[in-house]
Amino acid sequence: MADTLTRDQLLTAYRTMRTIREFEERVHKEFATGEIPGFVHLYAGEEASAAGVCLNLDERDTIASTHRGHGHCIAKGVDVGGMMAEIYGRTTGSCHGKGGSMHIADLSKGMLGANGIVGGGPPLICGTALAAKLKGTGGVSVAFFGDGGSNQGTTLESMNLASVWNLPAIFVAENNGYAESTASTWSVATDNIADRAGAFGMPGVIVDGFDFFAVHEAAREAVARAREGGGPTLIEMKFTRYFGHFEGDQQTYRAQEVAHARAELDCLTRFAAQVTADGSLSAADLAAVDGAVAILIDKAVAEAKAAPLPAPADLLTDVYVRY
Amino acid sequence: MPRNLTYREALNEALAQEMERDPSVIVMGEDNAGGEGAPGEDDAWGGVLGVTKGLYHKFPGRVLDTPISESAFIGAAIGAATAGLRPVAELMFVDFMGVCFDQIFNQAAKFRYMFGGKAVTPVVIRTMYGAGLRAAAQHSQALYPVFTHIPGLKVVVPATPYDAKGLLIAAIRDNDPVIFFEHKALYDLTGPVPEESYTLPFGEANVVREGSDVTIVTLGRMVHTSLAAADELAASGVSCEVVDLRTTSPLDEDTILESVENTGRLVVVDEATPRCSIATDISALAASRAFGALRAPIGMVTAPHTPVPFSAALEDQYIPDAQRIVNAVKPVAEWRR
Repeated sequence: MADTLTRDQLLTAYRTMRTIREFEERVHKEFATGEIPGFVHLYAGEEASAAGVCLNLDERDTIASTHRGHGHCIAKGVDVGGMMAEIYGRTTGSCHGKGGSMHIADLSKGMLGANGIVGGGPPLICGTALAAKLKGTGGVSVAFFGDGGSNQGTTLESMNLASVWNLPAIFVAENNGYAESTASTWSVATDNIADRAGAFGMPGVIVDGFDFFAVHEAAREAVARAREGGGPTLIEMKFTRYFGHFEGDQQTYRAQEVAHARAELDCLTRFAAQVTADGSLSAADLAAVDGAVAILIDKAVAEAKAAPLPAPADLLTDVYVRY
Repeated sequence: MPRNLTYREALNEALAQEMERDPSVIVMGEDNAGGEGAPGEDDAWGGVLGVTKGLYHKFPGRVLDTPISESAFIGAAIGAATAGLRPVAELMFVDFMGVCFDQIFNQAAKFRYMFGGKAVTPVVIRTMYGAGLRAAAQHSQALYPVFTHIPGLKVVVPATPYDAKGLLIAAIRDNDPVIFFEHKALYDLTGPVPEESYTLPFGEANVVREGSDVTIVTLGRMVHTSLAAADELAASGVSCEVVDLRTTSPLDEDTILESVENTGRLVVVDEATPRCSIATDISALAASRAFGALRAPIGMVTAPHTPVPFSAALEDQYIPDAQRIVNAVKPVAEWRR
């Protein structure tokens, strides 16, 4: 599979996944110091999904994310420094400190926001997909949501609407096993979330979410179909998140699976093994990315900590365009 | 050149003129095309309200029927607004906000602030409100206070065909999310409406009747009821100034306060239920900002704190009528310290 991607694409994929991992591991560490306010939900372990889907997207395309949104933001090209500053509540943040971790957005990058409401995104991307269709841009729209979000009426309504309107939309169910602490094997009535696709008149695909190449290929087919007017697709990623539902979650509801996933299934480890084995990238190529990403994240944290807080007057701005 | 149009026709003309002027304006909602895809049925309805009738053939591809999935299509309208369209979505009855409210108040209303001023969401949600058609508890509410409460939304409540057209065009051109309340008992009301396109500004109340003894602040259908009451009060020597708010967010505080400064007496007339309502909001405004001018306790005429009943015998009692307004204004006018 690796040989269908160019060297640049492979490097981009690895850089995206490594950036997400470093970002999340670092936020995890910094959160423990007490310096990061509020609620933070980390994406580590799920990197192949965001990276594999978004490598198929371009500037015409829009994504909507979830409360676990850092990975989607990074994969869609949102500035990492701005993201980190946002998480620290600084005025230099992506949203000037008014959004925080759960609301990082950059519409200029086609990133319609992380979203604090489970199931908030799917209706919105029906709209961006409709706009792309009516304007003839060729753009596609992707809603990422979790196994929890897969049970929201908004998600189910949106899949139906996307088929009824034949929208260039893709629904990516990231089934990491738990909605907060409740197992998806309990909360999802079907064996697979993807099994629901038929009920909405679209193809459903199940993908090993730890396998970048499998994700990329499933998304490539879905994106091509959407761009050609073939309508929506539901893709289910199956994997595990490495951290708790939120930072501070003691995770008493699960035992050994994270250690097993990190050791045996990890998307970065598998990607690295595959591309070095088939010779498409060298260990030195990957090490160079690792080094650059480490510097990027260090810089993002240092700058975020040093950045100014919003001014008191900012409380009242940007409620409306004009009022 | 003004002709007489119904409130419904005025809204339809506003939509047609804006769709003609701006190709990014689209319309969507249940039955808005009137059965798209069913041969012979196209455009049969033009929405259950008949407001979008005739638009489907005039603007191919820009009038969309939707499944009965308010969360999905109201959310889609909001998403499309962030992507360069100016959607006008029809939420058939405002009572149905219960099934799509998240998209309105957690998504559309908050994008601009939450995203640091980087989002523009020019969506209009047209919706029908109000009692009087024996439609009972789930199809009759006046829920504009709920939306007025939420920062990020603008709320428009037109009372006449003229206002309906001018305010809807303004809503479509506005760059913030607008909730546009149409009273179901007003659709057949006729009044003069200019043929040409025009806008009415948000946040500018309309003094629909000048008077010197008591200020009546009201909105929507209650403007007409209040005017009828004012006529009756005039016959008994009480001169009422009637202020039509037109929009509750933004709210024209200046016109309200100026009128109260002049009359020293205030009665608020609101079809909504009384708690945390426009009536209490206006009363609090006057009490806190025009206390020195007030020469009598503020009167409030509202629906009772109950769901809207079905039986005519009860619904007629639920809706404020001219007699109740007269009865509320008289003691305020006569109050002496």
